[in-house]
Amino acid sequence: MNVFMFYLFSGIILICSLLTITTRRILRAAVYLLCVLLATAGLYFMLNYQFMAAVQLTLYAGGIVVLIIFSILLTHHISHRFKHPNTVNLLMGLGAAVVGSGLVIATLLSHTFQAGTAPELKVDMTEIGTQLLSTGKNGYVLPFELISILLLAAMIAAIVIAKKDKNKNSEI
Amino acid sequence: MIQGIPLEHFLIVSTIMFFIGICGFIIRRNLITMLMAIELILNSVNINFVVFNRYLYPDQLQGQFFSLFIVGIAAAEASVAIALIINIYRKMQNIEVENVNELKF
Amino acid sequence: MTGYTYTVFILIIPLVMFLITGLLGMKWKPIVSGLMGTTGMGISWVLSLITAGSYFFGGHHAESFQTIIPFEMTWLRFSETLIIKMGILLDPISVMMLVVITTISFMVHLYSIGYMHGEKGFQRFFAFLSLFTFSMLGLVIATNIFQMYIFWELVGVSSFLLIGFYYQKPSAVAASKKAFIVTRFADLGFLIGILILSFVTGTFDFGKLTEPGTAIFGSAASMSFMGVSALTWAMTLIFIGGAGKSAMFPLHIWLPDAMEGPTPVSALIHAATMVVAGVFLVARMFPVIHFQAPAAQEIIGYVGGFTSLFAAVIAITQYDIKRVLAFSTLSQLGYMMLALGVSGYGGEEGLGYMASMFHLFTHAMFKALLFLGAGSIIHAVHSNYMYDMGGLRKYLPITHITFLIACLTIAGVPFLSGFFSKDEILVAALHHNKILFAVEFIVAGLTAFYMFRLYFSVFWGKDRHYHHTPHESPLIMTIPLMFLAVASIFAGYLPFHHLVTSDKIGFVTEMNYMVAVPSVLIGLLGIAVAWILYKKESDVPAKLAKQWGILYTATYNKFYFDEIYLFVTRKIIFNYISRPIAWFDRHIIDGFMVGIGTVTEKASYKIKGMQSGQLQHYAFAFIAGALSLALSMIYFLMK
Repeated sequence: MNVFMFYLFSGIILICSLLTITTRRILRAAVYLLCVLLATAGLYFMLNYQFMAAVQLTLYAGGIVVLIIFSILLTHHISHRFKHPNTVNLLMGLGAAVVGSGLVIATLLSHTFQAGTAPELKVDMTEIGTQLLSTGKNGYVLPFELISILLLAAMIAAIVIAKKDKNKNSEI
Repeated sequence: MIQGIPLEHFLIVSTIMFFIGICGFIIRRNLITMLMAIELILNSVNINFVVFNRYLYPDQLQGQFFSLFIVGIAAAEASVAIALIINIYRKMQNIEVENVNELKF
Repeated sequence: MTGYTYTVFILIIPLVMFLITGLLGMKWKPIVSGLMGTTGMGISWVLSLITAGSYFFGGHHAESFQTIIPFEMTWLRFSETLIIKMGILLDPISVMMLVVITTISFMVHLYSIGYMHGEKGFQRFFAFLSLFTFSMLGLVIATNIFQMYIFWELVGVSSFLLIGFYYQKPSAVAASKKAFIVTRFADLGFLIGILILSFVTGTFDFGKLTEPGTAIFGSAASMSFMGVSALTWAMTLIFIGGAGKSAMFPLHIWLPDAMEGPTPVSALIHAATMVVAGVFLVARMFPVIHFQAPAAQEIIGYVGGFTSLFAAVIAITQYDIKRVLAFSTLSQLGYMMLALGVSGYGGEEGLGYMASMFHLFTHAMFKALLFLGAGSIIHAVHSNYMYDMGGLRKYLPITHITFLIACLTIAGVPFLSGFFSKDEILVAALHHNKILFAVEFIVAGLTAFYMFRLYFSVFWGKDRHYHHTPHESPLIMTIPLMFLAVASIFAGYLPFHHLVTSDKIGFVTEMNYMVAVPSVLIGLLGIAVAWILYKKESDVPAKLAKQWGILYTATYNKFYFDEIYLFVTRKIIFNYISRPIAWFDRHIIDGFMVGIGTVTEKASYKIKGMQSGQLQHYAFAFIAGALSLALSMIYFLMK
């Protein structure tokens, strides 16, 4: 059962990511991306990381993909089809991808990973919450605070960058 | 640890997704689709962390937290990128990446 | 006088005068440079006379004259034994040359104040005269052959500057180039000779080379190249260098053309000092040549003899006063070389050596007198050519008398100095080589003939109408003439055979009437022929010229040697050697350099394209770099 699920999800991931980068219609690319993210969330569920999966679904699929679709609507004709990529770019991309994946997979397979022997930790929300906000060992309160500042900064940055110029003739 | 699925399979999946993302970043001529490819890359890295956590260190949660933070950062970065894309669209009326080449010789 | 260190001033004063008049001469009135140069030369002259007096007549020598080195410093040290030094060497021939050079130079300086009066470049002239005198003095007092070579080249440069003094005249420029190139070409032989000699013997020093019974030539006896011993090669090459400076055949072509320079220059350089540098060199190296390379000595003798005959024949037909005198100089230089070529070593055997040096001394006096007199004539008549002159004895009395004295001297009339020196040469030739004696005997007659042809044509002949009356030269120009005339008369009475000899020990000679009487007779015969043909105006010379036909034309054109040389250089050397080399230089070497620049430019243009501004290219470069690093790290370095 597990194996079947794994292959199903992996297949969706790979096929949809390929389709994302090769399709000629932009909205379809966004949808394929969404599928990839959903399949990844499925993988997380399989690994018993429910919180992670939930975050993935909420933020990635529900936040970022929506954002992308908004920007597509703002900047494109929906029916606009992409041109074929440059030959040079195609060669460069394929070359990098093939060589890179070959290298990494070869390295992976030649290494034996020591499986962990400790007992599996029961992951539930209290555990996650405590660790996230604790300051001792395994405490992640510092990155948590920094992330919040980063998000604030990103918000301000996005507003400032996307603002209309006051000097231009505009009614708003 | 999931019975029957060795660690390497997960890693191979995430590697392939990573390199598909790189390939897409180089091939695509539109800024938004390049952004999508970047999301693929970040996603693949997330899977890597989580899988290592589950298989090699089942009693700790570092991988999961790392992935959490990566998701947060990805969100921030995607929003700033979209803001930039909108600005570029205002200037040039299209978002081909070939037109964004002021910093050349 | 103990300590001859004051002799260094003989050298330094002309150098200082050159620097001052050269650098600052334009700031003052021209006459100041003239006076400074002359005063400096006068002081050098007095010092030389003091040196000569104390060296020759000081009375502190026993049997032979010592070689004194008052000053020497090490300049370059190549190895333990091969050292180039700079110093001052005093021995009989160098002291004699000091006297000759400074006397003639001082007379020329005095003369030039009058002759060059009003010329543009007056200061430059005196600066160059001082430079030349300095170089020539340095040459004669050199302690080693390399120092002599350095000053040899300096003399060549000064001569170039002085011949090309009227640098706006193309013929003068061409003449100075010719002189420099021909002598430089000969100096190549000189340099190679020096190198061979120093390689074989391990030293440059004259003292070591000419020491009697020296052993440094031991290893040289076995070295030979193409059947000729190494030392013969060395000496012959060194002689070639001397032959260039002394205008021996076939390197004589520069001397007639060098008359383009001002007449005082011709007097100083091309009569009395520079051209005798070659003779001096052979005299310096005489023990080496005589004992180690007798074949070279034979060559020297024959070349000298041929040159004197060749030049005398050409001189018979020339019309330009200065050309006649130039060829006369060539002929007399041939005499001096021949005398060295037939000489032995030591005592009576060394008569040729002594005669050569004696003739050098007397020739300097009378030839300088002849040239300065010619300058006086040219100054009066404003032309160089004999057919513009005639009957000048009425207008230029002092010049006439002094010129006559010089002509009598060169013709070998008894009781004047030329008779004594020429006679010794004839005796030396008779004892060693009858052919050369015969040649020189004939040349003596020819010399008398052409000199008196010149004299009669200028001072007697037809009384011409000059459109402005020639006037005698001012006193400043006639005083040197008178001094040199006195010197020409009395120099013959100096006891040279006690002072300057091959082994520095004096010997006794006496008059050899068997040789003296015929030589006087042939001289008088030459004078008589010239009297008949030229004293009164007649057309006999013209008819004779037509009779001789082709021979006359060939002689008049100096046997076409200039044309042959021009042909060889223009058609052969320029076309087949210089042009390909110039092409090679321009297209391959310059092309290579330009090519480096062009390649760099093109490559940088291509590389510039890498900074394209395209985001995806940058991303690819980044990924590729990371992957290659990973590859190299994992698979190549860690294994």
